[in-house]
Amino acid sequence: MCLGIPGRIVEILDEDSMLAKADVGGVRRNVNIGLVHHEDERVEVGDWILIHVGFAMSKIDEEEARNTLRFLEELGEAYEQELEELRESRIE
Amino acid sequence: MKYVDEFRNGALARAVAAEIASVTDPQRHYKVMEVCGGHTHTIYRHGIKDLLPDQVELVHGPGCPVCVLPMGRVDEGIEIAERPEVIFTCFGDMMRVPGSKGNLLEVKAEGADIRMVYSPLDALRIARENPDREVVFYAIGFETTAPSTALTLQRAKKEGLRNFSVFCNHVTIVPPVRALLDSPDLRLDGFIGPGHVSTVIGCRPYEFMPHDYGKPCVVAGFEPLDLLQSVLMLMRQLGEGRCEVENQYGRAVPWEGNLQALKAMAEVFELRPYFEWRGLGFIAQSALKLSPAYTDFDAEVRYTTPGVRVADPKACQCGEVLKGVLKPPECKVFGTACTPERPLGALMVSSEGACAAYYNFGRKSFEKVEIGSRP
Repeated sequence: MCLGIPGRIVEILDEDSMLAKADVGGVRRNVNIGLVHHEDERVEVGDWILIHVGFAMSKIDEEEARNTLRFLEELGEAYEQELEELRESRIE
Repeated sequence: MKYVDEFRNGALARAVAAEIASVTDPQRHYKVMEVCGGHTHTIYRHGIKDLLPDQVELVHGPGCPVCVLPMGRVDEGIEIAERPEVIFTCFGDMMRVPGSKGNLLEVKAEGADIRMVYSPLDALRIARENPDREVVFYAIGFETTAPSTALTLQRAKKEGLRNFSVFCNHVTIVPPVRALLDSPDLRLDGFIGPGHVSTVIGCRPYEFMPHDYGKPCVVAGFEPLDLLQSVLMLMRQLGEGRCEVENQYGRAVPWEGNLQALKAMAEVFELRPYFEWRGLGFIAQSALKLSPAYTDFDAEVRYTTPGVRVADPKACQCGEVLKGVLKPPECKVFGTACTPERPLGALMVSSEGACAAYYNFGRKSFEKVEIGSRP
């Protein structure tokens, strides 16, 4: 729950409900982008975001995303569990 | 130094460790608290302690939301979950947290409809799919997850969903740290500030640490090297007599935080006058409840939870560990009556709990220290 996982936006789905499809470690799931997509900040397809419980919390650069992913993979079980839970997610 | 090779940049880690040693006063003992449970996990997982001089002691803070939840709130969640009309949804971390009569996993096995969700938005979807059932989301977490609950409730309100409610157990990070600073039990020299919480609240809320208490704070990222660099930044401040808030994790943490998230939280939540924390007791204005505009979505109102207080099991010393007064293995039941498989206290449940992290990764280096083989 407290782990922030980097994901890459592959499609902006719905500007009204602020949903985008993100690729997270090979798993593609819908996430809410309301906190990083507003009048002062935008995200686009290809951008990296840090995701907490289905919400993009901040925009990060690619190097940071790749470093964080490598760190999470080393973390083992806690990351596996988070990905497992993400796989079950169907945000609409 | 055996762990150093596991760092992505071993040479840099070694250099930072050497620099920490060079700015450490050998006559002094330093106590540095890492507030966040995620940091605690990294510290044990990567043996950070072994890279630091003996004079630098890391003290684990209260920043694990599952661990600080008092038993009474677990019991109340279970009571709601047992209602036949309810589909109870929560994060996986909550399932094994012990209440006074069992945990959610056991209640589920007895037939309660309890579903693990990845996101509060999954709970919302379940509510849409089950219009004839009542869907309750057990919300926990610091400011990292509170905005998610806020946005989910805004969406529920917009959609006019009537069968969705939230049992709100969100807490805030600053009040417990202030309580620790006010406590006579613990003398600290500085803080490693939480990373992900700070993506939301920014760095400004920590300014009371230097201003009111004369303690420096460095907001840190999650990787081992981030933690080492943060310790170095703190040690430099202490050595130079500086005392301020610094941001090591600027890659993800803007100084002002995420204004959009703060705005959503301000609309959906208000501060509770007080809230009970496991081991820390009642702390004023330390937790969030739903604001009057969201009363219709408040499970505490819908199910009139009585607000019972349940004492921790006598043998359990989670409170002392949470306050940083005891190290996990100094607890009477650590590793015997209380293990990750059969946790007695919440600190043994979450992977971010100090006891679980210590049990899984820390024991080796502890034994090493015990037998005096450390140089």
